Amino acid sequence: MPDGFEPKIVAFFCNWCTYLAADLAGTSRMKYAPNIRVIRTMCSGRLDPQFVLYALANGADGVLIGGCHPGDCHYQEGNYKTLRRYHLLKRLLKEYGIEEERVRLEWISAAEADKLRTAVNQLVEKVRALGPLRWCAPVEVREPSEVTLQ
Amino acid sequence: MTNTKPKVAFYWCASCGGCEEAVVDLAEKILDVVAAVDIVFWPVALDFKLKDVEAMADSSIVATFLNGAIRTSEQEEMAHLLRRKSQMLIAFGACSHLGGIPGLGNLWDRASIFHRAYQESPSTVNPEGTVPQPSCPQNGHPLTLPVFFDTVRSLDQVVEVDYYLPGCAPPAGLLAKAVQALLSGNLPPKGSVLAGDKALCEECPRKDSRPEKLTLKEFKRPHQVLIDPEKCMMAQNLICMGPATRGGCEARCINGNMPCTGCFGPTDNVRDYGGKALSAIASIIDSTDPAEIDSILAKIPDPVGLLYRYSLPASLLHRKKLEAA
Amino acid sequence: MAQRQRDSDGGARVGVYVCHCGTNIAGTIDIYGLTDFAASLPGVAVAREYKYMCSDPGQALIKQDIADHSLTRIVVAACSPCLHEKTFRHATALGGLNPYFFQMVNIREHDSWVHTDKAAATAKAKDLVRAAVNRVKRHQPLERREVSVKSDVLVVGGGIAGIHAALTLANAGKRVYLVEREPTIGGHMAMFDKTFPTLDCAACILTPKMTAVKMHPNITLWTMSEVARVEGYVGNYRVTVKRKPRYVIEELCLGCMECIEACVFKQAKVPDEFNLGLSKRKPVYIPFPQAVPQVVVIDPETCIEFKTGKCKKTCIEICGERNAIDLQQKEELKTIEVGAIVLATGFRIFDAKRIPYYGYGEYPNVYTGLEVERLINAAGPTGGELVMRGGRKPTSVGIIHCVGSRDEHTNRYCSRVCCMYSLKLAHLIKEKTGAEVYSLYIDIRAPGKAFEEFYNRVAEEGIRLIRGKVADIYPAPNGGSGLVLQVEDTLLCRVHKILVDMVVLATGLEPRADAQEVRRRFNIGCSSEGFFLERHPKLAPVNTFTDGIFLAGCCQGPKDIPDTVAQAGAAAGEALALIDAGAFELEPSTAYVLKDNCSGCKTCIGLCPYQAISFVEDRKQAEINEILCKGCGTCVAACPSGSIRQHLFEDEEILEEIDGVLAYA
Repeated sequence: MPDGFEPKIVAFFCNWCTYLAADLAGTSRMKYAPNIRVIRTMCSGRLDPQFVLYALANGADGVLIGGCHPGDCHYQEGNYKTLRRYHLLKRLLKEYGIEEERVRLEWISAAEADKLRTAVNQLVEKVRALGPLRWCAPVEVREPSEVTLQ
Repeated sequence: MTNTKPKVAFYWCASCGGCEEAVVDLAEKILDVVAAVDIVFWPVALDFKLKDVEAMADSSIVATFLNGAIRTSEQEEMAHLLRRKSQMLIAFGACSHLGGIPGLGNLWDRASIFHRAYQESPSTVNPEGTVPQPSCPQNGHPLTLPVFFDTVRSLDQVVEVDYYLPGCAPPAGLLAKAVQALLSGNLPPKGSVLAGDKALCEECPRKDSRPEKLTLKEFKRPHQVLIDPEKCMMAQNLICMGPATRGGCEARCINGNMPCTGCFGPTDNVRDYGGKALSAIASIIDSTDPAEIDSILAKIPDPVGLLYRYSLPASLLHRKKLEAA
Repeated sequence: MAQRQRDSDGGARVGVYVCHCGTNIAGTIDIYGLTDFAASLPGVAVAREYKYMCSDPGQALIKQDIADHSLTRIVVAACSPCLHEKTFRHATALGGLNPYFFQMVNIREHDSWVHTDKAAATAKAKDLVRAAVNRVKRHQPLERREVSVKSDVLVVGGGIAGIHAALTLANAGKRVYLVEREPTIGGHMAMFDKTFPTLDCAACILTPKMTAVKMHPNITLWTMSEVARVEGYVGNYRVTVKRKPRYVIEELCLGCMECIEACVFKQAKVPDEFNLGLSKRKPVYIPFPQAVPQVVVIDPETCIEFKTGKCKKTCIEICGERNAIDLQQKEELKTIEVGAIVLATGFRIFDAKRIPYYGYGEYPNVYTGLEVERLINAAGPTGGELVMRGGRKPTSVGIIHCVGSRDEHTNRYCSRVCCMYSLKLAHLIKEKTGAEVYSLYIDIRAPGKAFEEFYNRVAEEGIRLIRGKVADIYPAPNGGSGLVLQVEDTLLCRVHKILVDMVVLATGLEPRADAQEVRRRFNIGCSSEGFFLERHPKLAPVNTFTDGIFLAGCCQGPKDIPDTVAQAGAAAGEALALIDAGAFELEPSTAYVLKDNCSGCKTCIGLCPYQAISFVEDRKQAEINEILCKGCGTCVAACPSGSIRQHLFEDEEILEEIDGVLAYA
């Protein structure tokens, strides 16, 4: 594991719960690891699995998905769809060989600033221990055609 | 140079030969094609040599139809060569379009594939553990073989591609239309897939039998169901990739009473075929309990195989994580 | 295959504004470095920093730059969009651009306020700014849709909060439905004896308001009623109210109460809810003498006719020609259409049994503050005399503050009213009985107007104020009915064992038992303690995150009567602002179907909880109703062919943001 590696985590937070929890963490001046970059959607149900794959393929070392607790979705049921997609996505990522701990779904309500802080810090620590994902293989870059003789 | 018919070439890379069959499937129409064009390279059928192609002027071939994925260094070199020599390079079939079935090799690497093929498989007897080498001296001369890459690539991951003809294999009708368009100069913008842009459901004969609000508590696999030939596959708990797959194939598999497996790939609005398909499939699971959801999904034993059967190289992640050498 | 075009800016000219926010942001993030970085991004024509972007001059900067530099997009890096997205969209619009050509970057709540490493915080800010610049270039012009607002209002809960809100709205000329679960309005305030700090009689100040509600032509009062279902959206709520039977016809009952007198139960046997079980009532009863509506109610759980069918029904007999009793009365469902809803559902008191060593429910003379209110109230179970169970009057009373509050084992928060009501009870008890009164407190919280003065007055009356948390209560060792309070006096550093006749537990306030169920019904949030969640604790204390639904009173958090009334007025004001505007603008971030691409696969149809997606038979495609669509984006993500998109949250826009934060060019 390279020294001084700082993971880059892309976070998808829903506007009504997790984003507000992050705001509350801010107004309460809580401190947490600076590795996450938040992308805001109105509901976690907007989260297309393509976004998670895109993030991992383009430099993210981990992904954090934040939504409302089951039963509390501002739009009634969006988070249930997120939950179902997340489960299938996890199975897919496993087949891709991406470590389980890199992608995490957390239900964080608008009042749970502390839970947010803990979730972020824990994820950053886990991903730091796993090392960089380094999936960045832009389509345009060619694979080396050299190979060592056996 | 005195021949004024447009020059056309066909080449095959990592392919099963089905796309070549598809050309032949034009049946009598092939005579019209042959009459209208001058086929200057077609290894499966005609006897032109590599040096003939190398001798051609750049861009002297009007259109090359290249099928098969890029698996070896030879295929990569040919792709570059034909790109140079052609005005238009058309990725023909799912393998060159998206990586195709060979693309599933991206779940392994060369070492593990060789191990399986040359040592482990039940019918192999290879006590010395001989595996192909890129170069091997024989009687003082180096004999070379193309390098077998760890990763399968689609054609456009190697060279610039002008058009795509989707399908495994593309239906004869689609190919005929494409040749027509080529000859008449009536082509869509560069980079287009030469088929419609709506998912298969649009032309599916079973479309009306899918209920408006379908949710599933269980997934079944085709061998577990006596498939009703009139009813929508999804309504029979079978995962059909039709909703996620570009149409234009006249629903051949559906008409063969099997669910679609996605060979035409995604529609234009989708970046990663499997990611979008997974979203649709998961969204209609009828459960809110994580444990129950998991047990429903356990009926999908091979997510990559289901979601990226033809498109793993073209997907956002391209391949399974390569372990450091 | 769809390749994402990494195209050029498309000619966009972006203005980026980095806010210092005083030192809130500038103290941690290198503002000048960030601004220079922004200026270097492709497509950025202007990059500025300013001390307070939300101020008038800050907003004017944007307007001026749009003109001077032909800007086509605006990015502001400052606080949370929840605070100022609207502000800057407005500024963008004033500059002549579509307000949705704007993107906000949160570098305060999400960055400068939560990180200490300045370099890391600045690097994060750079990533976020780059993401916003990438994104905003893809924004399309959007228009807010206007919906009309119905003018009726629903007030849920008939305590002092609901009453005041209803009266305010009704006086403004709006038709108000006041829905109350109990047979009468009045709530907890009707149970109090005197109120602090003025020692006004609660009933005396409350009942005129209750009567005003009854008499007001604009108020439809439905007691014995609950909200069963809420559908619709701001300005257009469709509410189903379940009216439970009281087995008495409200319009016919005169409130003479002869039926109660005539009831075959000569003795009252049923624990009286209003007196907290300290007295009994009959199956036919009126909750308290000044109940509104002044109509009796029959309890089917205890009425003999309901249980056996064999009652003489003397009640019906005595009612005679008025015929107000109807034992066949059924539950009714009523549907109303309102533009706004005010929730004033109140609180419950902390269950003192959760602190077993205080002996509530075990020792007969341990009471809650609310029970004592009933005992000392003239209309209460003992006629206003402070008589304990067993018949004696106490000669010594211990009042324990903070029961259930300020305690990590029960509720961490302070319930705000207990110190004041404890002081009040101390005064009233002393006045009525001359007993020795001990107040065991942790702190005395007397923040309101005339509160401190009241405390001084009570202290000077000879109440023994002891600073300490009672650790244990046990029966007096001499075998009498007395109780010993064991407490460490933290000012004298001594442990006392105080013998008292009576213990009063100043129990705190909690959300109602069904608060979670209720708030889900109205689609609002809750704080971690379970009180209904306000939109912003300082700037929007009566709004919720659901437009058109407002909060008043203790359902939002513990508070006293002055604050409750103030909040109820505020909620009514906010509701009036909404209704009198006549129309409400809905955010344009709705989903839409691409007709050229939809294959009619029907994956989306069942996914929308608002039934906004329908299948159009003649085209065999899905269609989204823009008015019903709330913009969650679930269908957008689910569509397997990418044929549904969402305004302002397009795939392209989000992918650009992801690119931006990953610095992967």
